[in-house]
Amino acid sequence: MLTPVMSRYWDHPQSWTLDTYLANDGYQGLRKALAMEPAEVVQLVKDSGLRGRGGAGFPAGVKWGFMPQGPIDPAKPHYLVVNADESEPGTCKDIPLMMATPHLLVEGSIIAAYAMRASHAFIYVRGEVVHVLRRLQRAVFEAYEAGYLGRNILGSGYDIELIVHAGSGAYICGEETALLDSLEGFRGQPRLRPPFPAQSGLYACPTTVNNAETIASVPPILVKGASWFRSFGTEKSTGFTLFSLSGHVARPGQYEAPLGVTLRELLDAAGGVRPGHELKFWTPGGSSTPILTAEHLDVPLDYESIGSAGSMLGTKALQIFDDTTCVVRAVLRWTEFYAHESCGKCTPCREGTYWMVQILQRLERGEGSKEDLETMLDASDNILGRSFCALGDGATSPITSSIQYFRDEYIEHFAQGGCPFDAEAATLFAGAGL
Amino acid sequence: MPYDPEVRERLERDAKQIIARYPQPRSALQPLLHLVQAEEGYLSQDGIGFCADQLGLTRAEVTAVATFYTMYKRRPSGAYHVGVCTNTLCAIMGGDAIFAQLKEHLGIEHEETTEDGAVTLEHIECNAACDYAPVVMVNWEFFDQVTPQSSVQLVDDLRAGNPPTPSRGASLCTFKEVSRILAGFPDERFGAVDAGGPAGEATLAGLRAARESGAGDPWNSTEPDAYRMDRPTEGEGG
Repeated sequence: MLTPVMSRYWDHPQSWTLDTYLANDGYQGLRKALAMEPAEVVQLVKDSGLRGRGGAGFPAGVKWGFMPQGPIDPAKPHYLVVNADESEPGTCKDIPLMMATPHLLVEGSIIAAYAMRASHAFIYVRGEVVHVLRRLQRAVFEAYEAGYLGRNILGSGYDIELIVHAGSGAYICGEETALLDSLEGFRGQPRLRPPFPAQSGLYACPTTVNNAETIASVPPILVKGASWFRSFGTEKSTGFTLFSLSGHVARPGQYEAPLGVTLRELLDAAGGVRPGHELKFWTPGGSSTPILTAEHLDVPLDYESIGSAGSMLGTKALQIFDDTTCVVRAVLRWTEFYAHESCGKCTPCREGTYWMVQILQRLERGEGSKEDLETMLDASDNILGRSFCALGDGATSPITSSIQYFRDEYIEHFAQGGCPFDAEAATLFAGAGL
Repeated sequence: MPYDPEVRERLERDAKQIIARYPQPRSALQPLLHLVQAEEGYLSQDGIGFCADQLGLTRAEVTAVATFYTMYKRRPSGAYHVGVCTNTLCAIMGGDAIFAQLKEHLGIEHEETTEDGAVTLEHIECNAACDYAPVVMVNWEFFDQVTPQSSVQLVDDLRAGNPPTPSRGASLCTFKEVSRILAGFPDERFGAVDAGGPAGEATLAGLRAARESGAGDPWNSTEPDAYRMDRPTEGEGG
């Protein structure tokens, strides 16, 4: 059950050019939007049921509707910021999307900016992907040349500037308020909310921050309509989305499918788990979403069902680990990541992640104890919900979920005084003698 | 060493252009830091001072920002920045073995540079290419599905002055040149944007699988429930 919509011509030899985009109904959504009132565009996106694809799954149209209505105060212009700072471990959907069809993001940005009556839009793209940057810069240049950006676009009377801004390496800038601080030229640290960005965002002006894939989903909705979009997915989780399969899977990659598809179905399309091995654990949406196991293969990948299964759909980054993988090593590495990326603003996250790494290193060396597991659970309890932003919450997910499903494996480490796994067997080149 | 007057003049011209992009000047700080890194390959005190001057900030304010982000280098770096992803998925798929092999082969540690100034080695966090794991980035271009053996070949070629072509991206430019693109100036090399061609195998895996399975044409579908995934909840439908 695959439904390539955004990815439907990614195999075109020049998929990223304006010509190719126009030949595939490109900028038709913008033309439709400009013939509507901004509020009607917001309503259409609300009607589509589109939910944020960056992790939280908040309804996009509702978020747009939080922007102030009525006349715009010239001292408080509206801003749109597209979050393309894709950095959540396992997540690899926005980068290929922007590389293959950057105009989809450009058109979506213009439509969204129009809907919320923004004068400036920014695409904040992580810096460590220079080829994506090249193609985005070119797409924006082409859009200006063609009159889709700039003053009085397509004769509509609407003025919009779109700026591509390259980040500089900080996972925390994927958090929307940290991203705003970063875009203002500060250290990227999250802000206390309220006020929410819709009241006081970039330069303390009304701002909406949307994930890149959310914005890329908008032009199809304009072209085909809200009920067409709702013909994909489930009642509450509508539409198509990119599921990213990685790790121990025969054919890893981007699989665009309706929300509500299951991992079993996606694995079937991807040739299954690596031959000769069994699924051990997986993440539904990046490392910040609690891990699941083979018993969850038939849980529909929609916001509600994955929530009921004790995890979160997150970014739909399905990292697949087979029976050769040491869960303690996996969790240690994720925890080192969170400790490295913690911005240091709040104590539970800064100190908690640091000490979790110390304990996990000890456990992986086989020098831990049962008490360490309790200490980690206790520390997790003191981080979750007590941190400034979701980074701290996310850091606890791999720890608590791995202890829930694989407590015995932790115990095995200190029972036998070391890791029982052969790291080489888990590699892509296992058995190749490299 | 302070910038030569003509270098400073050129940088000031670029800086003006960068600042003009933004509604408020301070937003230009990140690209300005990339710009001075493009000049010297790292953030020198002169570079920090230059950014401070352009924006009317103190050096301390600029340094506070610069030290927050990992892409800004505080020491002179090599012509090629080699980043090995050792976040969980890549690490397990072989990133740990690759990083260990490169450290041994080059005789350097994390964030160190080879004596010939060719290669700076770093282990990096997830670079959003997990479906191509294990991944190595050279000057922020993708080298996909690397092995310890191929990584050694890669750095040997870089040191020999024969930079290999990335798996998905344009032919390699130097770390300084890449920093200029990050500052928001387009890559002027002919064909650079189009280089690397269509999407890689993993990017197309779903599209190909859909075509093989005869998935139909969702874009032109008019069936109201064509791709609905509602399922009976547990206990209801059995």
